[in-house]
Amino acid sequence: MAALRHFLRSTQSQLYPQISLARRPLCTSPLVQQAEPGKSDGAFHVTMIPGDGVGPELMHSVREVFKAADVPVEFDEHHLSEVQNMASKEKLDEVLASMQANKVAIKGKIHTPMEYKGELASYEMRLRRKLDLFANVVHVNSLPGYKTRHNNLDLVIIREQTEGEYSSLEHESVSGVIECLKIITREKSNRIAKFAFDYATKKGRSKVTAVHKANIMKLGDGLFLQCCKEVAQLYPKIQFDTMIIDNCCMQLVQNPYQFDVLVMPNLYGNIIDNLAAGLVGGAGVVPGESYSAEYAVFETGARHPFAQAVGRNIANPTAMLLSATNMLRHLNLEYHSNLISDAVKKVIKQGKVRTRDMGGYSTTTDFIKAVIDGLHYRHSY
Amino acid sequence: MASRSISAAYRLLLSPVPLRSGFRQTQQALSAVWMQNRDYSIQTFIPPPAKYGGRHTVTMIPGDGIGPELMLHVKEVFRHSCVPIDFEVVNVNSTSNDEDDIQNAITAIRRNRVALKGNIETNHNMPPSHRSRNNLLRTSLDLYANVIHCRSVPGVQTRHKDIDIMIVRENTEGEYSSLEHESVSGVVESLKIITRANSLRIAEYAFKLAREEGRKKITAVHKANIMKLGDGLFLACCKEVASGYPDITFESMIVDNTTMQLVSNPQQFDVMVMPNLYGNIVNNVCAGLVGGPGLVPGANYGNVYAVFETATRNTGKSIANKNIANPTAMLLASCMMLDHLKLHSYAASIRKAILGSMNEHRMHTADIGGQGTTSEVVQSICRQIIVKNGRAVTV
Repeated sequence: MAALRHFLRSTQSQLYPQISLARRPLCTSPLVQQAEPGKSDGAFHVTMIPGDGVGPELMHSVREVFKAADVPVEFDEHHLSEVQNMASKEKLDEVLASMQANKVAIKGKIHTPMEYKGELASYEMRLRRKLDLFANVVHVNSLPGYKTRHNNLDLVIIREQTEGEYSSLEHESVSGVIECLKIITREKSNRIAKFAFDYATKKGRSKVTAVHKANIMKLGDGLFLQCCKEVAQLYPKIQFDTMIIDNCCMQLVQNPYQFDVLVMPNLYGNIIDNLAAGLVGGAGVVPGESYSAEYAVFETGARHPFAQAVGRNIANPTAMLLSATNMLRHLNLEYHSNLISDAVKKVIKQGKVRTRDMGGYSTTTDFIKAVIDGLHYRHSY
Repeated sequence: MASRSISAAYRLLLSPVPLRSGFRQTQQALSAVWMQNRDYSIQTFIPPPAKYGGRHTVTMIPGDGIGPELMLHVKEVFRHSCVPIDFEVVNVNSTSNDEDDIQNAITAIRRNRVALKGNIETNHNMPPSHRSRNNLLRTSLDLYANVIHCRSVPGVQTRHKDIDIMIVRENTEGEYSSLEHESVSGVVESLKIITRANSLRIAEYAFKLAREEGRKKITAVHKANIMKLGDGLFLACCKEVASGYPDITFESMIVDNTTMQLVSNPQQFDVMVMPNLYGNIVNNVCAGLVGGPGLVPGANYGNVYAVFETATRNTGKSIANKNIANPTAMLLASCMMLDHLKLHSYAASIRKAILGSMNEHRMHTADIGGQGTTSEVVQSICRQIIVKNGRAVTV
């Protein structure tokens, strides 16, 4: 029955996207959580930006699991979507105001239409720039029990995501000749390099590899490389290595075990993120997060709206759930974080309930139910 | 075989002309850019702070004696208050002779900018080349201002009431220059260095601090009647800076008289500024006035870095691992650190809880005349911290 209702609702949303989003009952009721007695009062507030495609469905899964695990988090939901005409400056300001108060967000992908409509920067990019989310972290970790071509992988990809090829600076200087500007600055390169080394220190990792193309872009990528080398001197205990992007791609598919932490400029990071996510099972299983000095945004590692799956109840919520557990860890909610991530990993390890992208026949709802059952199992101890 | 090597050599001979010129051009263009950048980087490359997503990374140097256990208590209280700080713990071995450990610690502070530190034992029997690790750390990071705030704590019995003194101490030169030599057998010279630049810097710091804190009076402590040139220069610098702050009263006092005044009438002092060694002594006197080494926090500030510790910098080896050390000083130091990181609400909340538990006499540790243990005090503090919406708050 629930599945049927869900199905009806989502077909509705496909038919009348604008109306239905406004009244979609999926995620409208705010969770009211009981506080842990004696210790703390109230709940952590987190901004939620469901985004496009399967984003809202994934957010629904997160809410369901959080509710079942009694997580003291309240979501502050904001819809921002370019394809559904839900994006405007006011909306963006609303999201920013909410972020200013909460500092932490969980976010789906805001789809960017390919065609040019007079704006070079997408809302996704604008949000990222306004919040100065300069560092994107994707932790590519094999899930025990799910066999892929490479198993026991454990590497971290750190990507600069505010400059480089994503500068939104393109112009036609002569008719038929277009120049896209790739911007590399010393300040931002230093910043991302330091982030990578700080991350490696914090997580007890031993090696950082800078990925570049300084043999061709001698000045631009050369500067990036130089900054990484300078920062590396502050971290004598962490090994530093460099690798050219093309070779890095080949090494990743051939022998990915040689890598530990990788740091790179924007576009290379985008490609490597997706490549590495593919190594362990695709966009549905790899969590990601973006950081600025002030804010942290938790999302999936490979950011795709996956629009063809909308309403079919087949999206894999693993990535978003693992990302949500990372968020809980960031909020000092270690216990709840472990509770949920253990449950997710156990479901995958048992291998009975798997969504279609992992070679199973289960639905999103089945998966969530299995995770929630796992929670209660642990609770009863 | 020979012909092949000759042809290779011939090719090499031929090729350099066009190749190298092209190479040189790019090389020059590159080196021009690098040189600019490099000069820039040497002068001003200060890595950004280790703060991501609102969470800070702070270096923690447990040190010796009671340091390690106090650090555990700080972690406990921070965890309880949901403070967004991760500690990078760096241990320094005080018994080894090489400087690797302390250099590691210094690099760690360079990348995190902020540290919480216990005192590192200095063995007097080591050869003279063995410099105090604490001193090395302060001078390498140029932490020129040592600031302690001695205030009477309600609930603690002391001889004097209503003391509220801030002491600003020059931290990098003076008697602590580590320049000593035996010029003639049996004659040792220790050099005390006073420089105009550093004296102006510390005086400026003291006056700025006084203005920020709304203080009325600054007392410069010196011994210019004996060290007419050295301390004279320090005094002159203080006077020079004072002329720029007409709203703050400036006076000077000789160090021997200062200590006497401190123990007889400490309420007359407001802010005090002084060179290194006098600062050391006056710090200890003042800490004693308000209840001892277990109560007063201290901070060392440079232009970029900041290290927080207890005011009196002792290791407390005799009471280590007995669960009787007073955690107040280190916890208050951690609050100063939170204020420095602009996490004011957490600092206020923890500070309030610390002072609140001071009012309970049974929660006093032995050093202030109670029978409580360290862990009881920490538990009592944790009980009084109010966490709301995931943040420690004051009501």
